[in-house]
Amino acid sequence: MEFLVLIQVLDSALRLAVPLLFCSLAGLFSERAGIFDIGLEGKILIAAFFAAATASVSGSVWVGLFFGISASMLFSLLHGLASITFRGNQLISGVAINFLAAGLTVLIGQSWFKLGGRTPSLSGNARFSEITLPFADNVSNVPIIGPIYSELLSGHTALAYLAILMVPISWYILFRTRFGLRLRAVGENPAAVDTAGISVIQLRYLAVIICGLLCGLAGAYLATGLAAGFVKDMSAGRGFIALAALIFAKWRPWHILSATLLFGLLEAISNRFQNIEILGIILPTQLMQALPYILTVIILAGFVGKATPPLAGGVPYIKE
Amino acid sequence: MDVLPKWVDTVIIPLIGVLISLIFSGIIILLIGENPIDALKLMITGALGSTYGWGYTLYYATNFIFTGLAVSVAFHARMFNIGGEGQAAIGGLGVAIVCLSFGWTHWFPALLAATLGAAIFGALWAAIPAYLQGKYGSHIVITTIMFNFIAASLLNYLLVNVMRPTGSMDPATQKFPEATSLPSLHDMLEPVGISFSKAGPANISFLIALIACVLVWIFIWHTRLGYQLRAYGHSESAAKYAGIKPFKIIMISMLISGALAGMMATNNVMGEAERLIMNSTEGAGFIGIAVALMGRSHPLGVLLAALLFGFLYQGGAELAMWTTIPRELIVVIQALVILFTGALENMVRAPLNWLWLKSRRGTS
Repeated sequence: MEFLVLIQVLDSALRLAVPLLFCSLAGLFSERAGIFDIGLEGKILIAAFFAAATASVSGSVWVGLFFGISASMLFSLLHGLASITFRGNQLISGVAINFLAAGLTVLIGQSWFKLGGRTPSLSGNARFSEITLPFADNVSNVPIIGPIYSELLSGHTALAYLAILMVPISWYILFRTRFGLRLRAVGENPAAVDTAGISVIQLRYLAVIICGLLCGLAGAYLATGLAAGFVKDMSAGRGFIALAALIFAKWRPWHILSATLLFGLLEAISNRFQNIEILGIILPTQLMQALPYILTVIILAGFVGKATPPLAGGVPYIKE
Repeated sequence: MDVLPKWVDTVIIPLIGVLISLIFSGIIILLIGENPIDALKLMITGALGSTYGWGYTLYYATNFIFTGLAVSVAFHARMFNIGGEGQAAIGGLGVAIVCLSFGWTHWFPALLAATLGAAIFGALWAAIPAYLQGKYGSHIVITTIMFNFIAASLLNYLLVNVMRPTGSMDPATQKFPEATSLPSLHDMLEPVGISFSKAGPANISFLIALIACVLVWIFIWHTRLGYQLRAYGHSESAAKYAGIKPFKIIMISMLISGALAGMMATNNVMGEAERLIMNSTEGAGFIGIAVALMGRSHPLGVLLAALLFGFLYQGGAELAMWTTIPRELIVVIQALVILFTGALENMVRAPLNWLWLKSRRGTS
């Protein structure tokens, strides 16, 4: 019994970590290229809305995925326009994007569906179905390994497996390709990249577009995988937790995986248990909810190793 | 670079930004299938057409003056304080503790003590991110965002587990004693012979907000410390060279900023709800960002921008009541104002720059 509870909590942690993982990797590409992005939250939200809205109208989750990603990319381009082309303040632009998404999703949702900002509930092909891994049913009776395979590892949506896969892919792109090297260079020393005859503007726009793509996947997963439809403010601070995970991982892909799994686990625990008693001390559920933020502040303060952001982060590049 | 005269930069550019935002909002209203002109008329009569409307407009404006000033003071030292929301919420905690702990007999000493409590609690909540920025270089934007969430969790815990009266299901404190009830604008204007609606929640905190505007203006432009703060904001290296200590400036600007955000609680917690409830700030901390950007971090600008947002808030509530336009329209307008007076400011400025240069060349 105890063991099964553990498996269930871990399974739920994995599900909850998926949007954080996509979103944190999104932030990784953007911030490694020198574009701070506190608008991750808004991009997840707008993607979640358009994914759910178009999936519900068309009945196809793939149509939803396409429009979710498109909406998120459009917001990314807006961020790019403000922070790359017009050299505005990237943080202010991020704040604007968060509010734009929070307002527009309800406004459009109410106008289209008249459900107070929700979309109709999705079912069947309008949602991502769970994939059963091969032999999952056969081995479920094997002690320990059986439940781990069939309950924990099997039975997730395609997007969840894609999210895990995105970790090595992101690592490879960023650290083993020429594009990745240039992208990281543009976040550390854009003038050097410019001197080498490579367009800083183009690279940064590419980074921002990749960020939009990944945020789109996070939002689509949220509304059509994890939940069955969009509800107002459904991103619920996940963009900021993802940002926290990104800092917690000190801008490194594999560490992002562990950070998002940890934060997913914290959310799963606080969802399942009200108060947790450890060694006679009762930990309130609110502490679990606040823990990702507290940990990030501690990391940022350098108490547990220093988190140094990319050098040129937040600074618009002005060609001489 | 700085070819535009100062008045264009401080008055015309933000006005154009707001105008663009309102035009976009009009288009959105049109797309929803409502008439933007009718909507505007409804907003004006709803928010400004009666003393009842004014009672709400000024109540909201009071909140936004405090949070707008909070963001502005930090802006002058080039600190971006996104934590106004959390600082205002914790300020509410200060107000609640002051109002509930002492046997108040008159509202006036209670208001003074509550203002102090709110300011201290708000300042303390800003102090930790400020200290971490000053000492360890942790980015103030990220830490203040994190502290907003931590504040929400903390208040959630306190209201559910500690401050909730026994037997009550509602996560809120008990009602504050009768004596701490603040005079509303109705009570204040009646002796002068002006009849003002009893219903609106605007109260004496509005006057405190106006005083705060004047004090911030004096502080920023007429004190040595204010000068140091602005010098640091303009150029960190020059300020250091002039013997200004960054740590001191970061701490002072953020403490004042947090105190101002916290003081908002005298209006919404003490003046309106008269008890501390969950999510009492309702996003006012974030609206402070739009207000400060639009008001160019100047107290007069902040006052005008806060009045505009107070109008939009009350007008938006009226729209939601009488049309199919949801309240979230204000959130969109707020986002557009932040976008066009903040992030995309250079887009507004570029054509003006070009026009200005062209006209200069024509005359000379």
